[in-house]
Amino acid sequence: MSNVMIVGVGGQGTLLASRIIGKVAIKAGYDVKVSEVHGMSQRGGSVVTYVKYADKVHSPLVFEGEADFLLAFEELEAYRWLPYLKKDGKLIVNTQQMDPMPVITGAMKYPENIARKIRDKVNDVTTVDALSAAMEAGTVKAVNIVLIGCFAKNSDVDKQIWIDVIKETVPQKFLDINLKAFEMGYNS
Amino acid sequence: MKKLMLGNEAVARGAFEAGVTVVSSYPGTPSTEVTEVISKQYDEIYCEWACNEKVAAEVAIGASFAGARSMTAMKHVGLNVAADPLYTASYTGVNGGMVAVVADDPGLHSSQNEQDTRNHGKASKIPVVEPSDSNECKEFTRLAYELSEQFDTPVIVRLTTRVAHSQSLVDVGQRCDYKLKDITKDPAKYVMMPAMAKARHAIVEKRCDDIAEYGYDCAFNKMEINDTKIGVITCGISYQYAKEALPDASFLKLGITYPISAKLVKEFASKVEKIYVIEELDSFIEDFCRSLGIEVHGKELFTKLGEYNPQMIKKAVLGVDAPELIEVDEQIPVRPPVMCPGCPHRGMYYILKKLKLTVCGDIGCYTLGALAPLNSVDYCVCMGAGIGMAHGMEKARGQENTKNVVAVIGDSTFIHSGITGLIDVVYNKGVSTVIILDNSITGMTGHQQNPTTGYTIKGEPTRNVDLVKLANAVGIDRVVVADPFDLANFEKVVKEEIAASEPSVIISQRPCALLKTVNYGAPCEIDQEKCKNCKMCMGLGCPAISNNDGKISIDASQCNGCTLCMNVCKFGAIKKVGEDNE
Ligand SMILES: Cc1ncc(C[n+]2csc(CCOP(=O)(O)OP(=O)(O)O)c2C)c(N)n1
Repeated sequence: MSNVMIVGVGGQGTLLASRIIGKVAIKAGYDVKVSEVHGMSQRGGSVVTYVKYADKVHSPLVFEGEADFLLAFEELEAYRWLPYLKKDGKLIVNTQQMDPMPVITGAMKYPENIARKIRDKVNDVTTVDALSAAMEAGTVKAVNIVLIGCFAKNSDVDKQIWIDVIKETVPQKFLDINLKAFEMGYNS
Repeated sequence: MKKLMLGNEAVARGAFEAGVTVVSSYPGTPSTEVTEVISKQYDEIYCEWACNEKVAAEVAIGASFAGARSMTAMKHVGLNVAADPLYTASYTGVNGGMVAVVADDPGLHSSQNEQDTRNHGKASKIPVVEPSDSNECKEFTRLAYELSEQFDTPVIVRLTTRVAHSQSLVDVGQRCDYKLKDITKDPAKYVMMPAMAKARHAIVEKRCDDIAEYGYDCAFNKMEINDTKIGVITCGISYQYAKEALPDASFLKLGITYPISAKLVKEFASKVEKIYVIEELDSFIEDFCRSLGIEVHGKELFTKLGEYNPQMIKKAVLGVDAPELIEVDEQIPVRPPVMCPGCPHRGMYYILKKLKLTVCGDIGCYTLGALAPLNSVDYCVCMGAGIGMAHGMEKARGQENTKNVVAVIGDSTFIHSGITGLIDVVYNKGVSTVIILDNSITGMTGHQQNPTTGYTIKGEPTRNVDLVKLANAVGIDRVVVADPFDLANFEKVVKEEIAASEPSVIISQRPCALLKTVNYGAPCEIDQEKCKNCKMCMGLGCPAISNNDGKISIDASQCNGCTLCMNVCKFGAIKKVGEDNE
């Protein structure tokens, strides 16, 4: 059984990432539930989606202390949602930092040294500079696919299934960029 | 064939398979995708965005009377707007089957209240059907049409956010070949005047009893007898949480939560030792069980607020503690939703804040103007309320004392229910200033067309409402169109209109920055030599601008080059990347 939690900032493409993981899990023969976020919080808020796969899945949500994987699109969001990760869970975190409004208005500070603090708390951490990788692949929009690549590497599902699903999911004209982004994440 | 589908997508599929031919809805999270999917995937179905939920329900009722299977979809608060036609459609019953999909939002992910639709079911005496995953969304929707026709009633399919917005596997079937039913002239059934309605009321009461009886042995309700020490009565998403928490327990899963089969509940109660009613929001099933004299445990253990989860159920029923957590002891800044970079609403609020106006707000992306740093919106109740509230303030405190009050309302919201407020202002000699935010789209719910945009749900060109002429026609002589990014002019216009001793409308016109047609070119950047660190630009609350230890900078990956910040910078320190600003 796997409980995957994907966190980020509205607009970063977490939804597509969770859909891809969901489709992959189906191809791998599991029962799957994917829980998405639509509406208000998509407007630059903190967003959380879940993918659960197992022989039989009931709740579509993952709760505190239950995630096998936490895939974080932004550092502060990784830090915020850490309590959802199992004590021996895996964390993949994009090193990108985006200021939330209380930081922009000066009411609060963006916490310092998040990467170090996270490592103190979690054994299995992979950090990726997905923004740079995405830009190298051809577009900042491919941040999510870079992270999917990184997640794929850590999953127990065959690489070819991931590639097949990406081919089915992203529009033809962006396929090459996305496959490149996937490889960059996979090999990072 | 099995397919991974969103709950809303599966409801759409259910409508398709049931042979539905007319769908009319108004968007609202978490219901919007039902109608969007139909418009994109099922050309066999006529589909439209209506002006509001009341009209949408009326269109669906008309289609049903005309012999078609019809649907309307809305969020929970939409049902308040549609209540009038639906409560009486309960009396007329249907011809072709009719379903109202209503999506509740426990936890208020995207809503202004947390109301429980089942109460509307009971009050209107319309049966309520509740799926708990995508496959049930499809099946229950399809079966709801049979229920509707068998018992001659509209049916509510009630979803909650987690059912509507999670994907699970669906067994996809074929579309049935539904023939339009004949139309017969039957005023006793279809013309609700006192004499006819009186007779229909008796039929409605009997219908409720009949449906309750039907519920004893039907495809919607399910009894699972396992270990009989613990019995759970539940519905919807709570079933999934309870099933995960208590895999060995016995379950009565209600797919019809109004009217409930008393016989079924009594039978279940006789088989198990201790009963827990696990349902999000109100104690609806619980109250029913108690009314039968059955002893149950419910809201004294579980809350009426927000969403449930398996951990809280395990704790309450089994006394099992939640797993130990990785602790984060530092205070982490929250990340509330914000107006996007390039949002046209930002310029408008910047001026309203500068002029220290009291803002009767409304519902849409622009409600985000209530949050820091713009802190502009003072009141927000429901769609369309802003105009009426501004008028009420004026009548309460007098014209002279409410010159600093304005109403702010989005284009879709104005059509939904703002126009009636505006007519009220004119008719009753008010002098309110109403700012209509014409961003060429329904933004908050994810870009739906509306009567002001000139396109239908299918993207076909259509006649659009001319807001200027409309305002003129209801009696507003002072109508000004202004660009909210032209700050100097916008400020001037607002000052003039609030000073006027007659009602006025300002149409704040600039398209939503997320529209594909909007392209502001290169992002902006800050010339650090010229920047005096005055933080004027920070006051805009643009997520692309940040202040790192006194150094203000613009994140090129977020900035869309709208240049509003250039407008507020007094030192000419902001320019577009690649352009000179000498
Ligand atoms: C009765 C009711 N129906 C639907 C909604 C969902 N909803 C919230 S805002 C909104 C539309 C906002 O569009 P618009 O007024 O054009 O403003 P924008 O978001 O584009 O700024 C809708 C449909 C609601 N809150 N209440």
